Amino acid sequence: MIRRTLLSTFAALMLATPSLANEPLRIGVEGAYPPFSFKEADGTLAGFDIDIAKAVCAQMERDCEMVEQEWDGMIPALKAKKFDAIVASMSITEERKRQIDFSAKYYQTPARLVAKKDAGFEGTDAGLTGKRIGVQRGATHQCYAEKMFPGAEIVLYGTQEEVFRDLALGRIDAQLSDSLIAQESFLSKPEGADYGFLGGDHLDVDCYGEGVGIAVRKGDDALRDALSAAITAIRDDGTYAKINDAYFPFDIYGGRPAGN
Amino acid sequence: MMEQFLAWFPLDISLIAANFDRFLYGVWLTLNLTFLSLVLGGLIAIPMAIARASRHRILNPIIWAYTYVFRGTPLLVQTYLIYYGVGQFEVIRQSWLWDPILSQAWWCALIAFTLNTAAYSTELLRGAIVDTPLGEVEAAIASGHSKWGRLRRIILPSAFRRAIPAYSNEVIFMLHGSVVASTITLQDILGVGRWLNGRYYLAYEGFITAAGLYFLIVLAITFAFRKAETRYLRHLTRRNT
Repeated sequence: MIRRTLLSTFAALMLATPSLANEPLRIGVEGAYPPFSFKEADGTLAGFDIDIAKAVCAQMERDCEMVEQEWDGMIPALKAKKFDAIVASMSITEERKRQIDFSAKYYQTPARLVAKKDAGFEGTDAGLTGKRIGVQRGATHQCYAEKMFPGAEIVLYGTQEEVFRDLALGRIDAQLSDSLIAQESFLSKPEGADYGFLGGDHLDVDCYGEGVGIAVRKGDDALRDALSAAITAIRDDGTYAKINDAYFPFDIYGGRPAGN
Repeated sequence: MMEQFLAWFPLDISLIAANFDRFLYGVWLTLNLTFLSLVLGGLIAIPMAIARASRHRILNPIIWAYTYVFRGTPLLVQTYLIYYGVGQFEVIRQSWLWDPILSQAWWCALIAFTLNTAAYSTELLRGAIVDTPLGEVEAAIASGHSKWGRLRRIILPSAFRRAIPAYSNEVIFMLHGSVVASTITLQDILGVGRWLNGRYYLAYEGFITAAGLYFLIVLAITFAFRKAETRYLRHLTRRNT
């Protein structure tokens, strides 16, 4: 009797769980990081990350569902199975790899400081001592700024958009972010007219890692490998180039993998 | 033994311990924002509550509208309006208010919190004044007190005492509400918790430490209010006969 109950329970569970291939792959995205991820006026998600996610899904022949998630809760939400992968410009770093796993990179751009054109200080630790540097909380830039500019006051924001807003208002002296983001969503806009890059590229394997990848939970090796293969495939068949050219004037893929 | 325990324990205690000085600074920031706003808000609330309770013809509707707006909108929205909203106006950024005050996140939080708690405290104190037992007022009149004299010597002291239990809730709400400071870059207790989570990509450590610290502060507040209640409300407690 007990065995029969168990069996029928098991059967019901089997029926209740659709097979893996039919289940849509849920992808965590941010939606507040233009031009990689933002919302159109009608509320639909758009951007480089979103298009790459769709292209990768199409390549893997899986249905995908985009799940919006605030940046600083991204990794906890992945671990809590709110979604199965993160396509949100997340750099592959050692510290993150202790918590989650990554596909191969899908782009790599350097970080740079932005400040007023006539700021009068240099983008070094000495120059930034006593200055307020804005960064997005939980981003690689938080790690790098705290490591490289110990004399500065690091001011943390929930989104990159808030960092640019306070830079324009003069509440912070400089900000550190991806150079492409800074160019596309601030320096090329009217509110960024008086601002420019401060110093050159910042690259640091410890904090910035080996480029930006798609994050999955530890142990999801099949999904991770399928995502890596799909990235290679869309690189090779020209899909990547088409998406890239819709947003950027040059190829943002960077050097070959691991060529930092 | 200890190492085994730490390896098994689901929280990374060593990271919390290594950054505990930051948390202590967070405690300081949370406490100074909460209590400064309570003191300032309370001072504003006293004349407003008197004006409300006495149904002052001009002031009463204005103050009513103010408390209605500030009690009817979330503290987070009020704080955003002051921090991000006000800064949008060129006029304000050019004014004397900008540089020392409105450009600073701490001041924006203090202003928002003060206006918010003043609204709640006003209504709370107004209720206590209106509920003053008629006998107390009659006795004051009979013993020759002027209008202000009986307000100052009889009604207000009596109302303050009776408002203590309800006010303890307001103090705890304000402490909990102060987490809003972390959304405008301040490193209050929650701000430090979020910093820790963001820096080391952890989900719980920062929040659990923050929760524990808030809990301890609430414990201290509750204790202080219980002491105050037994002292100042003794005349209202049931006597053993």
